[in-house]
Amino acid sequence: MKAKLVLIGNGMAGAKLLEELMSSSPNKYDITVFGNEPFGNYNRIMLSPLLAGEKTLEEIMVLDRPWYQQHGIELHVGEDKAITQIDRVHKTVTTHDGQQTSYDRLIIATGSKPFILPIKGTNLNGVMSFRDISDVEKMIKASNLHKKAVVIGAGLLGLEAAMGLCGRGMEVTVVHSNVVPLNRQLDIEAGTLLQEELSARGLNFKMNAQTQSIEGNEEGNVTKIHFKDGSFLETDIIIMAIGIRPNMQIAKDAGIHCEKGIVVNDTLQTYDPKIYALGECIQHRGGTFGLVAPLYDQARVLTNHLSEHGVAQYQTLPSATKLKVTGINLFSVGQIDENNSEGDECETIIYRDKQQGIYKKLVLKNNVLVGVVLYGETKEGAFYNELLDEKKDLTKMRPYLMFGRSLCDEMCDEMYNKNHEEISTNPKVLEGEEK
Amino acid sequence: MSEAVIASDKSSLAINPELRNLHTTCAYCGVGCGVDTQINDDTRSITVKGLATHPSNYGRLCSKGSALADTIGLGERLLQPQVHGKATSWDDALNTVAQGFVKVIKEHGPDAVAFYGSGQLLTEDYYVANKLMKGFIGSGNIDTNSRLCMSSSVVGHKRAFGTDTVPGCYEDFEQANLIILVGSNTAWCHPVLFQRIKKHKEENPHVKVVVIDPRKTNTCDIADLHLPLNLGTDVWLFNGLLNYLAKNKQLNLDYINDYTQGFEESLQAALLSAGDLKETANTLGISESKLTTFYKWFGENEKVVTLYSQGVNQSSSGTDKVNSITNCHLATGRIGKPGMGPFSMTGQPNAMGGREVGGLANTLASHMDFTDDNIDRLKRFWNTDNLTETQGLVAVDLFDAIDQGKIKAVWIMATNPVVSMPNADKVKKALQKCDLVVVSDCIEKTDTMDLAHVKLPATPWSEKDGTVTNSERRISRQRALLTPAGQAKHDWWIICQVAKRLGFKEGFNFETSADVFREHAALSGFENHTTRNGFGRRRDFDISGLQSISNKEYEDLQPIQWPVNTEHPNGSPRFFAKGEFYTSNQKGNFLALTPKLPQNSTNKEYPLALNSGRIRDQWHTMSRTALAPQLNQHISEPFVQMHPGDAVKNKFNDQQLIKISSKWGDMTGRLNITEDVKAGDIFAPMHWTNQLSKTGRINSVVNPVVDEFSKQPESKFTPVTVSSYPAKWHGFILSREEITWPDVDYVVSVKGKQQTRYDLAHNQDVTQPIEQLLNWLGIQNEAAAKAQQLEILSYQDASNHLYRLALVNKQGQLQGVAFMAPNTDLPERTWLAMQFEQAALTTRARHALLSGHAPSGEDIGAIVCACYSVGEKTIEHAIKVKGCLTTKQLGVELKAGTNCGSCIPEMKQLITRCSQ
Repeated sequence: MKAKLVLIGNGMAGAKLLEELMSSSPNKYDITVFGNEPFGNYNRIMLSPLLAGEKTLEEIMVLDRPWYQQHGIELHVGEDKAITQIDRVHKTVTTHDGQQTSYDRLIIATGSKPFILPIKGTNLNGVMSFRDISDVEKMIKASNLHKKAVVIGAGLLGLEAAMGLCGRGMEVTVVHSNVVPLNRQLDIEAGTLLQEELSARGLNFKMNAQTQSIEGNEEGNVTKIHFKDGSFLETDIIIMAIGIRPNMQIAKDAGIHCEKGIVVNDTLQTYDPKIYALGECIQHRGGTFGLVAPLYDQARVLTNHLSEHGVAQYQTLPSATKLKVTGINLFSVGQIDENNSEGDECETIIYRDKQQGIYKKLVLKNNVLVGVVLYGETKEGAFYNELLDEKKDLTKMRPYLMFGRSLCDEMCDEMYNKNHEEISTNPKVLEGEEK
Repeated sequence: MSEAVIASDKSSLAINPELRNLHTTCAYCGVGCGVDTQINDDTRSITVKGLATHPSNYGRLCSKGSALADTIGLGERLLQPQVHGKATSWDDALNTVAQGFVKVIKEHGPDAVAFYGSGQLLTEDYYVANKLMKGFIGSGNIDTNSRLCMSSSVVGHKRAFGTDTVPGCYEDFEQANLIILVGSNTAWCHPVLFQRIKKHKEENPHVKVVVIDPRKTNTCDIADLHLPLNLGTDVWLFNGLLNYLAKNKQLNLDYINDYTQGFEESLQAALLSAGDLKETANTLGISESKLTTFYKWFGENEKVVTLYSQGVNQSSSGTDKVNSITNCHLATGRIGKPGMGPFSMTGQPNAMGGREVGGLANTLASHMDFTDDNIDRLKRFWNTDNLTETQGLVAVDLFDAIDQGKIKAVWIMATNPVVSMPNADKVKKALQKCDLVVVSDCIEKTDTMDLAHVKLPATPWSEKDGTVTNSERRISRQRALLTPAGQAKHDWWIICQVAKRLGFKEGFNFETSADVFREHAALSGFENHTTRNGFGRRRDFDISGLQSISNKEYEDLQPIQWPVNTEHPNGSPRFFAKGEFYTSNQKGNFLALTPKLPQNSTNKEYPLALNSGRIRDQWHTMSRTALAPQLNQHISEPFVQMHPGDAVKNKFNDQQLIKISSKWGDMTGRLNITEDVKAGDIFAPMHWTNQLSKTGRINSVVNPVVDEFSKQPESKFTPVTVSSYPAKWHGFILSREEITWPDVDYVVSVKGKQQTRYDLAHNQDVTQPIEQLLNWLGIQNEAAAKAQQLEILSYQDASNHLYRLALVNKQGQLQGVAFMAPNTDLPERTWLAMQFEQAALTTRARHALLSGHAPSGEDIGAIVCACYSVGEKTIEHAIKVKGCLTTKQLGVELKAGTNCGSCIPEMKQLITRCSQ
């Protein structure tokens, strides 16, 4: 008999794990999947294009229901099928509607939930977050009925939400606590370029702003947002996009060790050896996650482990970020300023072509790439990501680094050939020779 | 006629303009190539090609000649007379010159004024200049830049032949079995003659070429033997040859006995100095076997031509070197016969014409020396009482006399002595002190013109009209292709105008250059009938056959080799096959020569020997050639060649900047480490001026030592020391508009197509480099750039001190780029320079611009998968060629779409599109 594998969560991390597992060891487990959104698996990253109307729901589906059937995976989705309890003693899980399923291995991939500011008025109608398809549906509906929107948080998600609503005809103001948007990914110069670009596209910004409270009317609809400096903005809806928190309640309830997230080791095992976790719900070596690349890496490591293929270990690498707003190219990975939190002095190479909206910064420490900010032109992002992951010594490549992979290859080949030639050339005869 | 009609007329002209054809002669070296031009008068533009029928070049042209059409623009021209920096009328300028000269002559006598001419003046210009100074002002103080070029040959010829005669012709090279090139980088300096020699050798494999030059030059490409002599040791080499010939009984005793004198003394001197082969080889710094090979070849080959040039002439023993060569040819009787003879190759288009009119201070006129009968003869011919009876001051002495205040007014014509004279800084200082400096030239900005009180706009090559004589005594017409631009006037006209204002109304009433030519031809035949013995001519130079030609015949004059007289109405190619020298007894002279090393020797303080010379694509002080972008590509910066051993000793790296210093001055150049120069020697080009380089004038360093007989400076040997230039940074700027030179130590400017390049270096750091680069490009700050609709691109790697900047104009064209680095590791400028020729920068080029390298790799198209940077074109290729028809297959092949997956919909669309 095959071992029983239960997966809680059918989001990006869970679905990737299934895909990997199906290609790696398709017949090893009997698999049951529980998801509380009423769909197969979709690409959550594509919610922004969905909101912007650039993509349809169909286009962003990754694994549809037939896929689960074809691979013999039992899929249970919808709010009723949300897991409410894990019984570690009997190794079972129970759904909201009382279905009980036993497991030999349990995977928790419950993802994260948006962080809501602890202020007055967050329960008013029109205050929402931007996390799943139902949020998108709500936002689209609101944009048809209302005129004004405020997005709190100028992170990736906040900006994407803001541009989506803007594109749907709303008058949108982005409220942010820092001086520039995307300040975790961009330095001030790139952030300023981004703000200029988005402003030109019709977005309003209120920077350096601390939200005080949200005001509503008698019907319980949001009307205003107040700031600590006494100013306020009138609005019809408010999107909170100020970050996420790991979704770890059921694990916590089951007595699995949690801190900021469900704590896992390098093979993504929780403190219960039968139970694994991956994705935005976990905490690995003190860190939590919010981008897709590490989730996929985790899925691959866990697959390796579940397939009993060896000893792959998950290692957190700097992840690159991109903003999914059509026509805006930015790329950021690693350290974005010359001075990092550890007080290391780093060196930078900076390229500017302002009129073309291009700004690029490479941060190096001892000739190893430790950070990249690309704005306006991101072709070489993948190249830099590789160099950064490999911690490659760039002493020779440095003069060409800014101009991308093919020039680096060409020049390093040339240097190699040149050195080679010099070695093989015989010293010339000093006088002219008689023929 | 309506405007529309005019417009259509013009456009039809543009398609099929009425072009004129004219034959003329090249403006550059002494080969004197015929040039076939096509002239568009509407646009004042020409095209050139080699003139197929001209016996100098038979259709060939070198890189410089081929670029003549690009040097005739008006941008750099002096087009109006100027007095003390202010534009004025010809009348005023000429009066100023005349009054200035009159004043000095009245107060200090005629020897307080001087003319300094040039081998680029036409014969007609030269003739009136010489006539005015020697015949009417009454001073011998007219010398020319030919002094720097071939005066040792003049004296060598006179000592051996009794007159300044080149005995052979170019055809001799094509009939010779052995061609010896001494002190001549023929391949670069006389390329068309080199091509003729090369072709002859290719067609006749038995023909041997020997190159005698301390450097291994491109001329060595065709050499069967290269003798890299120690600098200045040529006399030992040829004395040794004379010994060898005597010892091996390879002398032509009949010729020696019948036609020459002084052989015994000459051989005796040769034996004394170079009697021992081994010792001689040692002195020369070459192997005994090479030396023997050379001597053996000379002995065996009856048909031998010895070509020599500046390497022989520019020496303190230049005249002796010339005669050491003539000795060997006289001793074998190999002179004046097809395929044999010594051959002096001149550097300038009309050095020979200058010699013919007597434009050197130590000749009188028309191959006449300062003898009583000549003085008497000339007084009568010119109808003057003022004729000087003594020689004047030669170049180095002339500028020394200016420095000492003995000469108070000087007129410099068509040359640039502040660059070309040895100890050039002293020449500059002398001119700065001089009461009246008149300069007539076609170019507005030259190092010499900058010091002129009176600037006179002369016609340039494309507008001048007259004759020139090449190295083989061939007179060719240089024809006016275009009417004079602005107020430019012919030199002969300017001189005649001054002469009249000086009160010499009679001798200078020439209407045309043909008038001058006829008088010059008549003088050559004047009392030049028979010698005392009843045969031959008194003087070799005789073109009396042309003294009566009509204006039309002058206009149509075909290239002709002098003498042209009743015996030789169609010219004559050779002299001296049967003696008939122009000495008192018609015997050719052997010279007894004691070899001498260069006058200044290297020592502890100045341990290296500086040799100077020319490069392929520039000519003289570059005032014309540097205008043609294509000529600035071959070598664009002043450089210094040094042997690897000396570079190691000095801890120098290739391409770094080094300073050369002598007792006389300094020069900074880019180091070129090469085994082409001998250890202990360095070489630097003579061309660069202060117009094009801040510190590249090599003649500031060169010692003002001259040959005792010819007074030609020793430009090929100066003791020097070298040091590293302590650059904190190196850089370059390319700019569409000319910029003001940055105030830094090292600046070289190079004109290119649509841009000028500035190579820079300095010994101090720049505080705000990006701002500084912007300033140097002529833009004050970012706001100013914005106001001018200029876009700024920048690159900085501050920790490595790398800074780069580019400006793009509103048409999307590259306006300027500036690069700065802590070392010489800067990108090639070629690709960047090419970007200035684009109507607009492509996006890829723009992105690659500040790398200095052409966009690298394939164009992958717009990015589809941002996570792995996979472009549209790459994906299309994978679909069409590799047959990837699902996103999954594309993912396996290219990784595209395997991370965030956002691009999967686009990839699906691409698959659909491409598989349709």
